[in-house]
Amino acid sequence: MGSRASSLLREEDIEEIKRETGFSHSQITRLYSRFHSLDKGENGALSREDFQRIPELAINPLGDRIINAFFPEGEDQVNFRGFMRTLAHFRPVEDNEKNKNLTSGEPLNSRANKLLFAFRLYDLDRDDKISRDELLQVLRMMVGVNISDEQLGSIADRTIQEADTNGDMCISFSEFTKVLEKVDVEQKMSIRFLH
Amino acid sequence: MESYLFPFDSLICMLLGISFTVWFTLLLVFIIVPAIFGVSFGIRRLYMKSLIKLFEWATLRMERGAKEKNQHLYRPYSNGIIAKEPVSLEQEIQEMRRGGAEPEFDMSDIFYFCRRGVESIVDDEVTKRFTAEELESWNLLTRSNYNFHHISTRLTALWGVGVLIRYGLLLPLRVTLAFTGVGLLVVLTSIVGLFPNGRMKNYLSDKVHLMCYRICVRALTAIITYHDSENKPKNGGICVANHTSPIDVIILASDECYAMVGQVHGGLMGVIQRAMVKACPHIWFERSEVKDRHLVAKRLSDHVADTSKLPILIFPEGTCINNTSVMMFKKGSFEISCTVYPVAIKYDPRFGDAFWNSSKFGMVNYLLHMMSSWAIVCSVWYLPPMSRMEGEDAVQFANRVKAAIARKGGLADLLWDGGLKRGKVKEVFKEEQQKLYSKVLVGSSEDRSRS
Repeated sequence: MGSRASSLLREEDIEEIKRETGFSHSQITRLYSRFHSLDKGENGALSREDFQRIPELAINPLGDRIINAFFPEGEDQVNFRGFMRTLAHFRPVEDNEKNKNLTSGEPLNSRANKLLFAFRLYDLDRDDKISRDELLQVLRMMVGVNISDEQLGSIADRTIQEADTNGDMCISFSEFTKVLEKVDVEQKMSIRFLH
Repeated sequence: MESYLFPFDSLICMLLGISFTVWFTLLLVFIIVPAIFGVSFGIRRLYMKSLIKLFEWATLRMERGAKEKNQHLYRPYSNGIIAKEPVSLEQEIQEMRRGGAEPEFDMSDIFYFCRRGVESIVDDEVTKRFTAEELESWNLLTRSNYNFHHISTRLTALWGVGVLIRYGLLLPLRVTLAFTGVGLLVVLTSIVGLFPNGRMKNYLSDKVHLMCYRICVRALTAIITYHDSENKPKNGGICVANHTSPIDVIILASDECYAMVGQVHGGLMGVIQRAMVKACPHIWFERSEVKDRHLVAKRLSDHVADTSKLPILIFPEGTCINNTSVMMFKKGSFEISCTVYPVAIKYDPRFGDAFWNSSKFGMVNYLLHMMSSWAIVCSVWYLPPMSRMEGEDAVQFANRVKAAIARKGGLADLLWDGGLKRGKVKEVFKEEQQKLYSKVLVGSSEDRSRS
């Protein structure tokens, strides 16, 4: 069925989300409709299974890591606020010019926050550094069975060598940022939301 | 005491008697007789035009109501929530490589997968095909309204009148017609079955089938426009169409006679199936036979080889899709060597949603919804016949036919399997993605070793 979702979302909630994330009113109602259509259990929150039901996400090699990014530490359900907060990372950066009245502090879709999102995809145990092991695991997810352990190991070693500046054989967030300073993160990690 | 009631009693009886007679006469004259002869008074089209005007008025009222309260009207995402860029994995990674000194793997490679993943969470091609399509304007049915708080009193009154008309007048009328149609089908086909095989029997069977389906069409107030009738399927061929609901069968069969294919059911369906097969050969499979693909293929081939038998009607998607797209065609029907007659069916969602969401509604519930909608309006396009070309295998042929149907009906052409409605996607697709990425990685290392 189409959704009666927009009538379940109150105006105050929409305003709060607008302030926090920078999405426009119509974008929020449409995303709520999408949230509602994914929520098969109709309990106002999404579980991991709800995400895995999306075929295009299920075939994405990093699908599980991306799904994980929506769920805060130790939780199994994400409500609409959490959903929007995560999606806000992918708002294009130019749009910030229009919404100067965002809450103080860095907007969720700043370059730094986009990089942090990507960093957390690598950082499996959430200890704020990417170890060789974690890098290997993520690489294995991306290539499947097509590359041997040794080759993958050498790729991981080379990557850490190039990035690691303080010699702890791990990549911290600042080292990560330094490695990617020439990459157009704003464009690569942005989704064009229609108004 | 009792003497007071007698005059009223007979008056009531008389009134009831008269109204029933009038009712049935009208039914007979305006609906059943035209159905028998295949003519139309044009009442339904007039009805459809007035409904369109009504819906547009209703939407304007809601917009005005919303503006007065200074609120936003919910707009369905008919244009999509996001604009996706069709960049492939290889293209994206090459672009990112150009900046540096060609490392084998870059930590930024993750951006592609990440973005694609989140894009599919926001808007994917598959899951939205299994729920009803959202409408731009409101059609006075509660089931498709998303702006409850914008309805003024006038609009509510109109909606109330609509409910009365639909449930009080249209629904009983339609149910009566449906019973008449089905009843006649069972009785008449059994009678025709008593005739000896031959031209007379085929002629009668055609006429009987067409007549009963036409009554059923009127039972749904279906307003169908057939295009390109010169391409109608002929004997010895297979007709394939996109599938939205069980009503598709009635819509196609009221214009042309087909041999149906399906599983043997019990209950009422079983009775209908057994009666139909007496008049002309349909193909009904037992549950156990359905699994045996060779048996299925053989029976279908035998049927098409006999040119005295009617064309077979098949829905290759295998499940109901919500009429915004055409999903993967199962190759079974395309392996048989014969002419394929593609047909595209497109419903107009403004008058009633024909899509059967079988995970949400059962058959009876669905039929009730159908019969209490305003009308079912659809267009049927008969496409020119197609045959398998040299060097084309069944899958390629199926995709070619699917693309033609999608193009004609204005539907999206998807490669995804309709089976994803219920099942999980196969692991092999993920492995393909992984293989693709590995090729990019390993490929660049080969270049390095060469230089």
